This record gives sequence, C-alpha cells and structure tokens, in this order.
Amino acid sequence: MLLLENIILALNGIRANKMRSLLTMLGIIIGIASVIAIMTVGTSMTASMTDTMNSYGANDITMGVSQKSTETEMMGGMRFEWGPRKSNLGDNDYIYMDMLSVLKEEYPDKIDHFLLECSAGQGQAKDGSLYANVELKGVNDEKFEDDKLEMLSGRSFKESDQKDGRKVAIVSDYFCNNMFNGDTASAPGKEISILVNGKYHYYTIIGVYEYDASANWVSTSEEETTTTVYLPLKTAFDFNHDDQRFEQVTVVTGSGVTSVDDFMMEIGSFMNRRFYRNNDSYEISCSSMSSFMAEMTESMNTMSMAISFIAGISLLVGGIGVMNIMLVSIQERTKEIGTRKALGATNTSIRIQFIVEAMVLCFMGGIIGVVIGTVLGSILSKQMGYDASAPLGAIVFAVAFSMVIGVFFGFYPANKAAKMNPVDALRYE
Amino acid sequence: MAKGDIIIEAHDIVKRYYIGKPNELEILHGISLSVREGEFVAIVGASGSGKSTLMNIIGVLDKPTEGSYILDNINVMESRDDELSEIRNKKIGFIFQTYNLIARTSALKNVELPMMYARMPGWKRKKRARELMQLVEMEDRMNHAPDELSGGQKQRVAIARAMANDPALLLADEPTGALDSKTGRMVMDIFHKLHKEQGKTIVLITHSPELAEECERILTLSDGMFIGERKGRNHAPS
Repeated sequence: MLLLENIILALNGIRANKMRSLLTMLGIIIGIASVIAIMTVGTSMTASMTDTMNSYGANDITMGVSQKSTETEMMGGMRFEWGPRKSNLGDNDYIYMDMLSVLKEEYPDKIDHFLLECSAGQGQAKDGSLYANVELKGVNDEKFEDDKLEMLSGRSFKESDQKDGRKVAIVSDYFCNNMFNGDTASAPGKEISILVNGKYHYYTIIGVYEYDASANWVSTSEEETTTTVYLPLKTAFDFNHDDQRFEQVTVVTGSGVTSVDDFMMEIGSFMNRRFYRNNDSYEISCSSMSSFMAEMTESMNTMSMAISFIAGISLLVGGIGVMNIMLVSIQERTKEIGTRKALGATNTSIRIQFIVEAMVLCFMGGIIGVVIGTVLGSILSKQMGYDASAPLGAIVFAVAFSMVIGVFFGFYPANKAAKMNPVDALRYE
Repeated sequence: MAKGDIIIEAHDIVKRYYIGKPNELEILHGISLSVREGEFVAIVGASGSGKSTLMNIIGVLDKPTEGSYILDNINVMESRDDELSEIRNKKIGFIFQTYNLIARTSALKNVELPMMYARMPGWKRKKRARELMQLVEMEDRMNHAPDELSGGQKQRVAIARAMANDPALLLADEPTGALDSKTGRMVMDIFHKLHKEQGKTIVLITHSPELAEECERILTLSDGMFIGERKGRNHAPS
C-alpha cells in the first residue's frame, strides 16, 4: 500500500531527474562495484586454488621424517641449543614398509591406502646419438593412478610387475619424441638403456603417458626437458638398496575420517610413540593440504576484507552524496511537502516517503554497482587466469548494505522534511 | 449530522508572531466565527488584512495563539500534531490559488492522494477518484500529469482532490485568482453546484467583492478584525 506507492513515486522521481539521480548514485555505484570486483577476484582465486589443491588431494596426509626441533634448555642462566645429532638419515630413521602395515592395521577404516614413491635418481636414456633426460621413479599402483596421467599407448603396471619387480617402464611422449621420432604407438615393447651414475640399466617400455608441460616450472627446450620414467615400486627398491623404505609417504584417508587435521595429529603421535620413541634426531611430522588450505583461505579473506574496507570508505562518501542530493531535493519540493501535509500527510508518512526515496536510489546504485563489479571482477579474474565465480554472499550483503546506507543517510533529510511547518512550506516559492 | 449543525465554532482567536522576543506582531485580534453545515461563506479582505493567517487557522495548518476553535465537534486547540494531520485529511478539503497539484503524478493519482493518506484500499480509491473526476468533468484528461493541463483544468482536479474524503468543509483560498474570468467562472460554478446539489459547506477566502457577492454570507476582514457581515446573493451572476 503506502510503501508500494512510495516506491513508485521514488522511481518516477528518479526517472524525471535521470542525470541527477545517476550522479547521486555514482558514489554508491563506484563503492559497491569496487567491493564486488575485489571480492570476485578474491573468491575466484580461492576457488581455483582450492580446486587445484583438491586435485592434489585435500584429504591426503603427508607423513615424513624430519629432524627433531631444536630444544632450548636453561642451565645456570646459559642457553644451550641442542640440534640434531646426525644430519643424514640412518638406516633406523626411515619409514619402512612394515611400519605402514602396522599403521594400516591400527586404523583399518581411517586409512584407505598409501601413495608410495621411491626415487631412483636422474639419468639419461641413450641410443646411439639419441638421448633423453629422465628421472627414474618407482611408484605403487595407487600413486601412479593418483598422478592422473593420460595414457597414449600401451598399458599401466600389472600386479605381477609390482610383485616381482619386473624391469618395465612407462615413459613420456617427450621421451618418445627424442628416442623414437615421436612414434608413441610402437614404443611399448621396445628396450631402453638408461645411464644412471655411470651404470646402464635396461628396461622394457610397456606404456607411454602424455607429459604435462604446464606442471614444469623450469622452462627448458622440449628436447632437454627431464621427464619421469615410471618403474614398479619394487624395481626401484632393487635398483637402490633392497630395503623397502621411504623418507616420505602420503596417507590417503578413508571414509572413517571426519577431520583430516585431527587424524593427522593422531597418526603422527602414533608413529612417534611406536617407532621413533628412542630416536634422538628424527621424528615423524605430518601435514595436510586442508590445513594449508585453511590458512591460505584465511589470509586471502583477510586481504579481501582489508581492501573491501578501503572500498567501503567510498561507499561512505557515496552515502554523503545521497544525503546532499536529498537535502537539495527536499528544498526544491518544499511546496509539495506543504501540500501533502495540507492533504493530511502525517510527519511519519513524509519521513517514510523520503527514506524510501533514498533507499530506492541507493538500491538501484547497489544493483548497478553489483553488475559492474561482477563484470569487472570476472574480466580481472580471467586476465589473471582464474575461473571467475561471483561471491554470492558479498553480492547480497552489498545490496543490503547499500539500502542501509539509504536509510542512514536518508534519515536526516527525511526528518527535516517531516518537521517542516505546513504553513511555511505551503508559502515557499 | 443534520443540516444546520455548527461546523466551525471559533471564539476570540488571536494570532501573534514573535520575531525576536520583544517584537511581537499580532495579526488577528480576537476573531469569532461560526459557520453552519451547508453554508457558503465568503471572507473578504484586502491584502494584509490577515486573510491568509485566518485561513491557515480555519484549515488547521496552524494553531491560534489564543482563543478556542471547535471544528466539527473536535477541539483543535487540544489536538496533537498527528491528530491535526488527520483533521486536515478527513475534515477539510483545501483549494489553493496555485492549485498545488503534485508534479509528475497523474491527475487521478493526485485525487487519490488524500484517500491514500486515509489508508483507503487501492480499488476503492480509484473508483472514488474516477467518480470525482466525472463530477468536475475531467474524466477525459484524468491520466495526464498536471503540467499537461490548463489552469482551469488543474483547479478542477484540485477541487476533485479536495472532495476526496468527503470533508465537512471545503476551504478555498482565492481559487480563481490565477484564472481568467471565463475559467474562473467555470470554477465558481462548480462551487455553486457542490453547494446546491451536495449541500457542501464552503468557506471562500478572496479579496474580490464581486466574487464574495455570489456567496450566502459575506464576512469582511480588515486589520485582523471582522468589520462587517451581510447576506450575499447566493448564486452566480446572471
């Protein structure tokens, strides 16, 4: 009823004074647009980073051997810092396969599987004058799958490959480019010789995967790029030392885990209690993507908030602009206010009329600002290489906030109008 | 409300303005006025006689400094601000010299305005506004904005608006002052029609003795006092 009438009235007023209304709204538009643009870039960044990290496994726990933290002891006012007593990992310091079995038995529901890999060093594949730089890496099936490689030809490892430690290898298409003139289709079955530490090792290719050049930070020419040659885990062990041990293991959590962070602490302390109690220099430390991600999201949010706060100041300026124009408008419409009072408008209805007008003005400014901000933010996000995603919460908040500004800065002028003396207002020319 | 009931009962109304403490300015020096239901009264006076001040007081836009004023059984002196708004809304229909239509709002919406402030439902408002437009013969142009209407048309819309809540009193302040004689005549004819056909109580404030002559009763105001009262012709000049 009265509210709807007032909204229609306000819209008519805005339509009649297009230019002035637009200028009035400009402050609000710029303020809201900048807040939304920043928020859009912020959420887009966070969203795409979260995506990336999820693909790396947000539910994974990395469990590694690390030096015990240095302890500070007070002794007669002197400080002694006790560092690690050994700097290289000894035989007793590694994570062994048996430990993992114990861990898995302890938490059958909470641990789904382990991602295991073992480096067998860098080297060069050679065939006459042809060569390719490679890194040898033994992996278990789960790890190989986790790397999400696109197979171009051949097959991945079979159970017997892993169990018997067969001398089979999966190479990259870059490798094939260098060694077989890019013929990936006929590569499986071929024998290759790889020189590592002055010794030749021979493997049979069983598959070719597509090398993801974007994952490589170091830009080298395609021919010189070092690509990974995947070996069965046992093959890599045999290559090195026979011992089935790791410096670092990735634990993929199962359905029984509700909080990755809590479980991370749990297995950390379990491992340390069980296997590293008597180890002076090393202990197990765990980390997870989710804890890292939470930290990152938080710092990202803090940054957006800080920038938004600065943008919020322009909203304040915009609000003052609205107040200014409302005061002018009320001055201009003094006679109208007098007439309305003569026709029976109460002070309250006059007040509501002008507050609604300020609100509608700010609301429209807010909507325009949201549109401009979203477009601008999306373009910026795209430019920075992120998928744009609109911050819905911020949009709702911005529109609501612009209306609050309308009420806040509309109140004083509206009150002034409401308190006008009808006689004076009617006589005003 | 039977015909002949007293609508306006004012006694010893004094209005003073204070322009700085010692300089008080007394505009009305004790005016008494009584208007019965269905009367058509003219208040005539030269400019500076206190006409406007009196009209503001009769129209409840302003309160007298001293005296008593009963309008349609409501004691105006004791009413609060929002009660005064309601009195203006329900009891009084204003017609101004300068029409005072709300700009950018159609004639029909202007007529609806007092009913809106009376919180009448929309469909009822529209129906009544259309009827009133018919009464003042403005139904053809009722959707036009005020600046698309001639002076006479505007004043007819203003009369329709004044009639919106069927007020006890129509208060017209120089209603023909801004019109040429022909359209002024037309507006006066509407007042006569409302008076005769609907028995409306009308108080007409004017400086023109000829216009006052058309009314039932003529009160002459000079220097803030009534100096004469006589009967008028009570019809338009032939």
